[in-house]
Amino acid sequence: MGQIVAGVLAPHPPHLVYGENPEQNEPKSECGWENLRWAYERLRKSLSELDYDTLIVHSPHWRTQIGTHFLGVEEFKSLSVDPIFPNLFRYHYDLKVDVPLAESICKNAAHEGMLTKMMKNPDFRVDYGTIVSCHMTNPLWDKKIVGISSNGASKYFSMDVLQEEMKQLGRATKKAIEESDKKVVLLASHSLSHRHFTTESELPEDMSKEHIEHHGQYIWDMKMIDLMKAGDSRALIDFLPDFTEQTNAETDAGGLSWMMEAMGMPTSPATVHGYGTVIGTGNAVVEWRS
Amino acid sequence: METSKKEIKKEIKTDSPIKKGFLVPGLPHLLLCPEKKPEWTELNKAFKKVRDEIEEINPDVILIYSSYWFSILGHQVQAMKEPEWTLVDEEWHELGSIPYKLKMDVDFANTYVECARERGLKARTTAYKGFPIDTGSVVALKLLNPDNKFKASIVSSNVYSDRAETVVLGKAAVEALKKEGKTAVAVVISSLSNRYLDEEIDYSKPERIHSLKDEEWNQKYLEFLSQGRLEDVAQLSRQFHREARVSKKVVAFKPFWWFSTVMGSTNNFKGEVFCYKPVHGTGAAVVGLTPTDKSTGDLEFDEENAEVYKGNRNVLSSDDSSKDGDEVLSEKN
Repeated sequence: MGQIVAGVLAPHPPHLVYGENPEQNEPKSECGWENLRWAYERLRKSLSELDYDTLIVHSPHWRTQIGTHFLGVEEFKSLSVDPIFPNLFRYHYDLKVDVPLAESICKNAAHEGMLTKMMKNPDFRVDYGTIVSCHMTNPLWDKKIVGISSNGASKYFSMDVLQEEMKQLGRATKKAIEESDKKVVLLASHSLSHRHFTTESELPEDMSKEHIEHHGQYIWDMKMIDLMKAGDSRALIDFLPDFTEQTNAETDAGGLSWMMEAMGMPTSPATVHGYGTVIGTGNAVVEWRS
Repeated sequence: METSKKEIKKEIKTDSPIKKGFLVPGLPHLLLCPEKKPEWTELNKAFKKVRDEIEEINPDVILIYSSYWFSILGHQVQAMKEPEWTLVDEEWHELGSIPYKLKMDVDFANTYVECARERGLKARTTAYKGFPIDTGSVVALKLLNPDNKFKASIVSSNVYSDRAETVVLGKAAVEALKKEGKTAVAVVISSLSNRYLDEEIDYSKPERIHSLKDEEWNQKYLEFLSQGRLEDVAQLSRQFHREARVSKKVVAFKPFWWFSTVMGSTNNFKGEVFCYKPVHGTGAAVVGLTPTDKSTGDLEFDEENAEVYKGNRNVLSSDDSSKDGDEVLSEKN
């Protein structure tokens, strides 16, 4: 029987890949955002202790309005250029998809009453949120992935509606994994507070310019991280609508809600590998073990 | 009444470098499979009318504002000479792939950015191989300019910009055309109401607008546009955004602020609604606005007309020394 071995809050600012200077990324940096990059180093070390087959990533940057979509092609190889930061992220990716597991989640989610669709167009360009979170978690790309789109229900309706949908998706994900023989790590690909600067430093990696956009955002981020460290995922999810409203957080995409539901609302303390800001947004790399 | 091809140039009354303006939708259905629904077929045919008019006008540049291209760090202008890719829409991937090769006016793009910066805006060109040009721009250019007869210029829609900033961006576009000594047609790519039906496409059923409320607001806009009241439409943007648009992060419905500004901020137009149909719940309209010397009346002009952008008021902090932008913006001009 398959199982979820870990879940990770895995933020996806392209700046982190830019700071790492992998060969796949065309632009090169001097340095930058080390506290988050080192947090990912600690995550990678931690995950290296685990045996797992697949990364399942839920991304805010593959946004669909009509249902939830799943990558349904076995391999993707192309160039991802960030639409906002093309100067920082032009990444040549080559990845493999666990299509049977994606199809099973898709089917189980439909059984839960969700509108779902497999994405089978081979020319499709995988979104940069998925790529950044996967690269920072597993730069060797030696694991297959399942890519899940984020539905815009929080915009069309409300965070409460989205949360309910993410409960369905979480249950469907858990069931599909258990029905498989796979060991899986879940990635909720998003930041915490998401108010950001609207200008960029002349040198993007000039860390003297990097700080939280507003102290109020920082207070909210710390509140959420305290709940994670306390293992109080129920309160964490209950707070999300307010947190999202107050900080314009990327939790509006539903990744964290989906992951917590799939993991059965963990009560053990999460490991916070690190926290840092990127153009003013709050980001934390946080790991939950099953 | 439709205008015959021969009359188009004759009836344009303007000294502006922008000879005519068009509103078009940008959904891929209209390019990839117009035959699958009668509404899409009619919209596709309306694109052909616009294409014919553009060819008759013979502008130097097709000047595009696309509500499908979001930016957050100021305003981006596409400056790759011949961007080439195969686009797949993230929502409508099952409809197919769109291979494209476009032709941009790089000199104009640079001048546009220069003029925008001189007016206080944050702006930069974007010229990267593989940059994801938005679905709306690709669809519109493939339908309006399939042989790349005309060079194009595409500017992004900044998520946070409000009216003053968008008006100034429009003025920068006109100024850049004058500096370059070029003529243009302005093309705004946007739906009216933008709420999708939350269901799969049912090819056996006729299209419908998502709700009666959306339909009524679309009709109000179309009534004004058919009367040539472009500035009045622009000044209804805030209310239209509240009533008929789904979006919380995009702070305003801004295409018509830019559109009216580049067209001269007046109601002096002959308006033609070539086609208006639903596309999966959204309001898709193809509209032409021809500058005339007759006004339909200046009824709703009550907002200021900024020349220079002076930045955002920091509404979240009492510390005025902060120079970083806030997400919640307001106009200072």
